[in-house]
Amino acid sequence: MIVHPAPRSLWRETLRQLFQKKLTIVALVVIFTYTSVALLAHWGLIAGSWNTEVGSSYAAPSMQHWLGTDIFGRSVLAKVIKGTEVAMSVGFSVGLISITIGVALGALAGYLGGIVDECIVWFYTTVASIPSIMLLIALTFILGKGILAVYIALGMTHWVDLCRLIRGEVKRHRDREYVQAAAALGASHLRRLCRHILPNVLHIVVVCFSLIFQFAIKSEVILSYLGLGMQDSPSWGVMIDDARVELTRGIWWQLTFATLAMFLIVLAFNILSDALRDALDPKLKGK
Amino acid sequence: MSIYHYTVRRLFYAIPILIGVTLVIFILFNVVAGDPTLTLLGRYATLQQMAELRHELGLDKPLLLQYLDTLRSTFTLQFGRSWSTNQPISQMIQVGAYASLTLSVPAFVLASLLSIAMALLAAFFRDTLLDRSLVVISVIMMSVSVLAYILFGQWVFAYKLGWFEIAGYEYGFPYFIPYIILPAMIWIVLSIGPDVRFYRTIILDEVHQDYVRTARAKGLANRTILFKHVLKNAMIPIITNLVTQIPSLILGALLIESFFGIPGLGNITLQAINNSDFPVIKAMTILSSMLYIIFNVITDILYTLVDPRIKLN
Repeated sequence: MIVHPAPRSLWRETLRQLFQKKLTIVALVVIFTYTSVALLAHWGLIAGSWNTEVGSSYAAPSMQHWLGTDIFGRSVLAKVIKGTEVAMSVGFSVGLISITIGVALGALAGYLGGIVDECIVWFYTTVASIPSIMLLIALTFILGKGILAVYIALGMTHWVDLCRLIRGEVKRHRDREYVQAAAALGASHLRRLCRHILPNVLHIVVVCFSLIFQFAIKSEVILSYLGLGMQDSPSWGVMIDDARVELTRGIWWQLTFATLAMFLIVLAFNILSDALRDALDPKLKGK
Repeated sequence: MSIYHYTVRRLFYAIPILIGVTLVIFILFNVVAGDPTLTLLGRYATLQQMAELRHELGLDKPLLLQYLDTLRSTFTLQFGRSWSTNQPISQMIQVGAYASLTLSVPAFVLASLLSIAMALLAAFFRDTLLDRSLVVISVIMMSVSVLAYILFGQWVFAYKLGWFEIAGYEYGFPYFIPYIILPAMIWIVLSIGPDVRFYRTIILDEVHQDYVRTARAKGLANRTILFKHVLKNAMIPIITNLVTQIPSLILGALLIESFFGIPGLGNITLQAINNSDFPVIKAMTILSSMLYIIFNVITDILYTLVDPRIKLN
């Protein structure tokens, strides 16, 4: 008798692959650190007093103020930390919103086919035809300003690619034997879709979430520049935007440290997305 | 089916999408958005003034009629007048498009050539130090904020070193050149990261095909395979990527234009946002969506011309 070694599940195999590469581990550590900082800031354990004056206006980085101070003498370090909270919450919420829309519409279109499919395809082709920056502007215009508007506007512009991928994949799976078997056992449509098909397309969602996360962080900066972003919280976007008037006076620290903070997390998510894609998408393996 | 029939049919399919776009924009601006007269007249407006302005702007008409107006303006390209400057929007578009194109066309051509060349280089020397560092540099370049590039670039090269104009623009052929060099360079830096990675993946996709193995088996040099066979086949996705980028050229890079004071369409759009100038924002959105749809049709037609395997129906 031939004894086969127990096959590892896709997810355990993925984790194993992720932890094999040093670079991916570094990226995961960075993401974990940022998440912890964001949570600590959220609970007010650190940077809770970012809004207080700690020194003179525009003090350069020194031993006392590691990253310098801003126009009101507030600590740039505290603002960067508070900005981390904003950025992580934007990435997470936008990821969640776009995945909910993308998976729901994509799965419905792919599974039901027919007129529903045509309508959903028409809808996402329409949304895809409007340049995302214009759609974003229009949405924030209507939703007003503030963090919730940023979540929704970004969430509603980033779901199209995911929806298209999920639709195609669900369509491919719909007529497979295992789904037919489930149907023969009396599984309802909902059960076939949610219990049997969706777990098989989940890998696309994971990769897309990682991509959307960093994309949302990058887009928040642009919204802030347009005056459509965060209002009374020191996001990285607002800090970078402040630098427009600061740079000519030689004040480089807000821009530099906000850019650096953003660069690290975006880079980490870029590396993670690549690693996830390598691990989860067998077609791309070995490239 | 002939290519003409195919073109006509593809254009016909584009109509529902165009109607969808106008519908989305109409719902966003005419139905969901608040009363614009409030922002236009300021805080001390009387109800009567607001009612008069609403009438003047045609906002008191039934929604269906308003939508038909939007639809008509889409097909006639007559978008009415700007609420803030009272200029005809079609005229604003013509003037703005010139400035936008003088920046975006050279930047786009250079960026595309450069990134295709770098992607080929990376693919040719794949898995060597050169390839890996090109990929790493691309990822690093993609991770820096757009605004950081613009701000640092403007500060260092224009303000500190004084090599380029800080901001401004002049119309006419040789005169605009000094104003577009730095913005164009920033544009190139911005697009190289994602483009090199994308093109490299496409080229590597081809490298794993059977015909490459055959070519190698019959003893062709690596260089010949890459430039003669692989590049030709990779051209289809590359062309798609290039053509679908063209609509965004006309809108220009919103942020770059506004930082460098280039009076292009991107700049006009940003000003319209600041002034709550709905007709201009609507016109720009419809215009860019239309271009996107048209260039998508063009891509599909190019496909059938380049690749005989693609059936016309």
